[in-house]
Amino acid sequence: MAPLLAIEDLVVEFRTRGGRIVALNHVFLTVQAGETLGIVGESGSGKSVLCRTILRLLPTPPAEIKGGRVMFDGEDLLDAPEARLRQLRGTALAMISQNPATALNPVWPIGDQITEGLRVHGRIGRREARKRAVELLRRVGIPSPELRVDEYPHQWSGGMVQRAVIAMALAGGPKLILADEPTTALDVTIQDQILALLLDLQAASGMALVLVSHDMAVVAETSDRVAVMYAGRIVELADTRTIFREPRHPYTVGLMQSIPRIEGGAGRLRPIPGQPPSLADLGPGCPFQPRCAVASPDCATTPVAPVEIAPGHWSACLHPERVGALL
Amino acid sequence: MSVAAASPAGRAAAELARWPGALKIGAAMLALIVLAGLAAPWLTPYDPLTQDLVNALQPPSARHPFGTDNFGRDVLTRVLYGIRIDLPMGFFMTYVPLIYGIVLGALAGYFGGWFDAVLMRILDVTVAFPFLVLIIVIVAILGPGVHNIYIAVFLTAWTMYARLARAEMLVERGKDYVLAARTLGFGPWRIVFRHVLPNIANSSIVFSMTDFVLTILLVSGLSFLGLGIAPPEPEWGTMVAEGRDFIFDAWWICTLPGLAIVVTGSALSLVGDGLAQRLGERRHALL
Repeated sequence: MAPLLAIEDLVVEFRTRGGRIVALNHVFLTVQAGETLGIVGESGSGKSVLCRTILRLLPTPPAEIKGGRVMFDGEDLLDAPEARLRQLRGTALAMISQNPATALNPVWPIGDQITEGLRVHGRIGRREARKRAVELLRRVGIPSPELRVDEYPHQWSGGMVQRAVIAMALAGGPKLILADEPTTALDVTIQDQILALLLDLQAASGMALVLVSHDMAVVAETSDRVAVMYAGRIVELADTRTIFREPRHPYTVGLMQSIPRIEGGAGRLRPIPGQPPSLADLGPGCPFQPRCAVASPDCATTPVAPVEIAPGHWSACLHPERVGALL
Repeated sequence: MSVAAASPAGRAAAELARWPGALKIGAAMLALIVLAGLAAPWLTPYDPLTQDLVNALQPPSARHPFGTDNFGRDVLTRVLYGIRIDLPMGFFMTYVPLIYGIVLGALAGYFGGWFDAVLMRILDVTVAFPFLVLIIVIVAILGPGVHNIYIAVFLTAWTMYARLARAEMLVERGKDYVLAARTLGFGPWRIVFRHVLPNIANSSIVFSMTDFVLTILLVSGLSFLGLGIAPPEPEWGTMVAEGRDFIFDAWWICTLPGLAIVVTGSALSLVGDGLAQRLGERRHALL
C-alpha cells in the first residue's frame, strides 16, 4: 500500500547573514495511514522545520526548499498551489503546536475557534458548528462541554487548552496530525494524559500521527516507528522495538543513555559529550563524528547517507556494526 | 472557573465594577458633556448667533451665568453649542484615521515586503515634521475651513496608529495562535482582520484618548489662529480668539470657553488613563 505521507530527499536551506544553513539535509520518511511515527532529536535538529515544511508554512525567505518531494495522499505538497494547500491544512492535514498558552486566540470563545475551520472551509453553519464544538470537546475529555464551549482561553488550564487545541486539529477530520512537541510545555502528569488521549483518538479515527519530541521516553511509549534526527538529517529510522533493542547509530545510543532509567539503579547518566554542530559549517563527513565514540578517521571526510541495513531499518553510520559495543 | 454571568445586565454590572475610578469619573464627565451638547436648545433660552448689542459685555449674572460677549451673545449658550462643533470634529478626526491607520499598519506588519517599506518611509516623512506645523502648512496651502482641516488631519493623523499597529503585529504574528490559524488553512485576510486585529487594537484605543484631546486642541488652535472655523460659529477656539481683545474688561468671554476645552480634555484624559488600567496597556506619553 502506498504510504499516506512520503518525503523523499527533502532539502531545506535558510539564508542568514552567517551564510547558508542546511536545515533539512536529504530527509526521507514515510508514514502509513493509521501509523504513529515518532521523530526525536535535540533542539535545532530540524524537527519543527520538517513539520512546517510538510504544511508549507515555512517563511520563504529566509527558508528555501531546494529539492525533494513531499507526497501526501498521492499529491506533491511542494508543487501544490496555495489555495489547495489552505484547503488541505484545515481538513486532511492538521498540526498541534508546542505551547498551549498561546495556541488559542485570547479574544474569541474556545468553541468558536475549534469549529472556525469547519465554517471557513464551508461545510457547516453556525448552529451546527456549536453542536460540533461541544461534541469535539467531549471527545477530548473536557467535562461539561456544553457549559464550557463559550469560555475564553484564559479561563482554562494549560492541559485543558491543549485538549482544546487537539479538538481544533480534529475538527476537520484529518488523515494526518503533526504534533510538534505537544506535551513539552505541560506538567508530567498532564503530559501522560494528553499522550494517552492522542493515542485513543488515533485508534478511534484511524488517522496517522507524527509525534515530534526531544524525549525518547515519550516516543518509546507511543510510536510504531521512530526516526532520529541530527543536524537536519535522519540518522536512524526503524520500528520502535528495533531502535531500542538494536540501535545502529551512535547518536541514538547517546540519546537513550542520557535519560534516567527507573530500574537501572542510581548509575550516572551518560550525557553525549560536546555540543551539536553549527549547521553553518559542517564538514564533508558525518556531522556526529566529533562527538562519536566509535568514529574512525574516515568519518570526518566520507559523506554518509542512510543505508537500509536490515529491512525497514535505516542508519546513516559508516560503522553500524560498532554501535552494538556501546550498549 | 467561572460560568458566564447569566443576563446581559448582570454582565454589564460586573464589567462596571471592574472599572478603575479614573474611568468612571472620566466617562461620567464625558457623558454629561455629550448630553449637554445634545440638550443645548433646551438648556438655554438664547440663540448662539443672535446678537443683542444692548446687553453686550455683561459680567456673569443669574440671567447670563457665563456673561455675554461683545455682541451681547450669551457665552454659556455659545459654550454649550460649541460642544456640538468641537466634540464631533475631535471624534471623527481621531477615529476615522484610527481605523485605516490600524488596518494599514497591521497589513504592513503582517505582509512585510514592499508595502511595508513604502508605508514606513511615508511614516518617517510625516513624523519628521512637527504635527501642528505640518497641519498648518497643509491648511495654509488648501485654505482655511473645516473641510481642509479634515483633509489635513486625515492625511497625517493615521501615522501614529499605523506605527502602533505595525509594531504590535510584528509581535503577534510570531505567536502560536497565528500559526494555528495558518495551520487550519485560513487566508491572510481572515488572520489579520479576525484574529490579530482584536488583539492589537487596545494600545491604539488607549492612545486615541490622548489623540482626541490633542485633536480638539488642534481644532481650537487652528480656529484661534484664524485657519479653522470662521467667527460667527460658536467654536471654542474661535471664541477664545474673539474674546482676547476684551480680556482686561470682560475676562469671561475667553476664559470660560477655554475652561470648556480644559474640562473636556480632562474628561478624555481620565477615560484614557482608566482604559489603560482596565485594558492593561501602557499609557503612551503625549506624542
